[in-house]
Amino acid sequence: MNIIVCIKQVPNTTEIRLDPVKGTLIRDGVVSIMNPDDKAGLEMALELKEKYGVTITVLSMGPAQADAIMREAFAMGADKAILLSDRKFAGADTWATSYTIAAALKKLSYDLIITGRQAIDGDTAQVGPQIAEQLDLPQISYVEDLKVKEGKTLEVRKTTEDGYQRLEVEMPCLLTVLSSANKPRYMTVNGIMEAFDKEVEQWSYETIADSVNEELLGLKGSPTRVAKSFTKGAKAMGQLYEVGPEEAVEIILEKLKEKFII
Amino acid sequence: MNKEQYKGVYVFAEQRDGVIQNVAYELIGKARELADVLGEEVCAILAGHDSDKQAPELIAAGADRVLYLDYPELQDYLTEPYVQAITQVIQDRKPSIVLIGATTIGRDLGPRISGRIHTGLTADCTSLEIGEDGNLMMTRPAFGGNLMATILCKEHRPQMSTVRPGVMRQKERNYKRNGEVEKVKITFDKSKFKVRLIETVKAEKAKVDITEANVLVSGGRGVRNAEGFKKLQEFAKTINAQVSSSRAMVDAGIMAHDVQVGQTGKTVRPNLYFALGISGAIQHLAGMEESEYIIAINKDKFAPIFNSADLGIVGDVHKIIPLLTKKLARE
Repeated sequence: MNIIVCIKQVPNTTEIRLDPVKGTLIRDGVVSIMNPDDKAGLEMALELKEKYGVTITVLSMGPAQADAIMREAFAMGADKAILLSDRKFAGADTWATSYTIAAALKKLSYDLIITGRQAIDGDTAQVGPQIAEQLDLPQISYVEDLKVKEGKTLEVRKTTEDGYQRLEVEMPCLLTVLSSANKPRYMTVNGIMEAFDKEVEQWSYETIADSVNEELLGLKGSPTRVAKSFTKGAKAMGQLYEVGPEEAVEIILEKLKEKFII
Repeated sequence: MNKEQYKGVYVFAEQRDGVIQNVAYELIGKARELADVLGEEVCAILAGHDSDKQAPELIAAGADRVLYLDYPELQDYLTEPYVQAITQVIQDRKPSIVLIGATTIGRDLGPRISGRIHTGLTADCTSLEIGEDGNLMMTRPAFGGNLMATILCKEHRPQMSTVRPGVMRQKERNYKRNGEVEKVKITFDKSKFKVRLIETVKAEKAKVDITEANVLVSGGRGVRNAEGFKKLQEFAKTINAQVSSSRAMVDAGIMAHDVQVGQTGKTVRPNLYFALGISGAIQHLAGMEESEYIIAINKDKFAPIFNSADLGIVGDVHKIIPLLTKKLARE
């Protein structure tokens, strides 16, 4: 079985802080990591590899620095790594991103494609389903568990707001995985050593040129554009009241009405 | 593309077990505002099977028209049948805007539709407005909520966005509003149905996810004990909020770890955060300071929490909260 896991390098957004004076993002010193949901997806693939004969390829679209997460994936146990990198891909929204990644996937053979549910820098949860759409594959999102049944059938557990669903799907298919699905393994020392000797395949626009329309790549091919971005700004000190309980209640009630809570 | 052809603000009226979800009414409320600015119609797309009983509610909530798709294939949500159905409606009717609730269903359905009809989709919008040029201005958080971005989809139609439950506000229902329920015919390509639902299991107790809450009532050391948290629970119930906790109360074994706010707990960004009897240690602030509005009550007027609060009240939680609950229950 061939499994392709799509992974993304993201800034660790929990470490980003707001400059309280300037109201801008402080990105210095914020480390880049493998997106948590993607890492859980890779772990899910590695667990299948332990049970069955599985070849795992990790695929990422991003700048050259993304090499770090490709090595990490090798050290965890991935067999092959492809980094899709070209200036033509830059500035892509989710539609153009999935279009590009799908074009690369068309060049590979797979039974199962795993993506994370969403990346912590964008939180859209759109690229996985949009890749499935581009490839005309069935998809199941919000996956927490998976069992291989006879033949090409998978039984998948999908998390919902108030419980879960058990679903059956035929491979080839695409699953988007939640970080709560498992606890990804650590890299082994040997794995880390070997990871540096392994080759990360570099794919550029030329590699996929025959199966894409150049006009639909990157910023140019993105239906959505960021018109402006802004921080909410540093917070000014609010109002402080030293009043009796009755009056305090009135002040709070008024605020609740203003904020449409009641 | 001729954008002039595209008219109407459409809302996907998500139903589960035949019950239209609140987020659909919230989106209808927003759609009404947008449509009034544009001078266009609000249409609700209701997909299901024998589930049109609530269609008049959608009209009362602000829809001019309910497009009802009644098929056994649409009874329970599955990606492909729903994508086929909604895509056909969009291609046939050509709306200018499509709004979808950012639920586990909407976030599965939306991207697939936008992929199929080749248009943009903006996830988890917190604000939607019509710009001067008539385009939809979709504002959403990025970088884990550290940055807000306003996004446009100028050259493609429809402009699609998802919105999380609780972000927009329902309009008061007006049962005198006129509107039409129209049954819409579609066709399915069943050869593409490759996913089968074995069973849907409802968790006995819905998992409380404080990061999804619109309003959080959070208690700290000043709440003292389980008895104190009971008062918070009662208060939370009256305003449809969830209760969370500071680390002190989790370490003391009074509250569970999954409701802990802070660096070692969860980062939350509700629209309204009550910090009750919480002093405001840095590790706690790190988990909640991005909340839209913060109300703090603390006995100590020098408590650091007041520096982060929009509204601070120096006082006793044990006196103020029960009184507040009583007043709210009366209203």
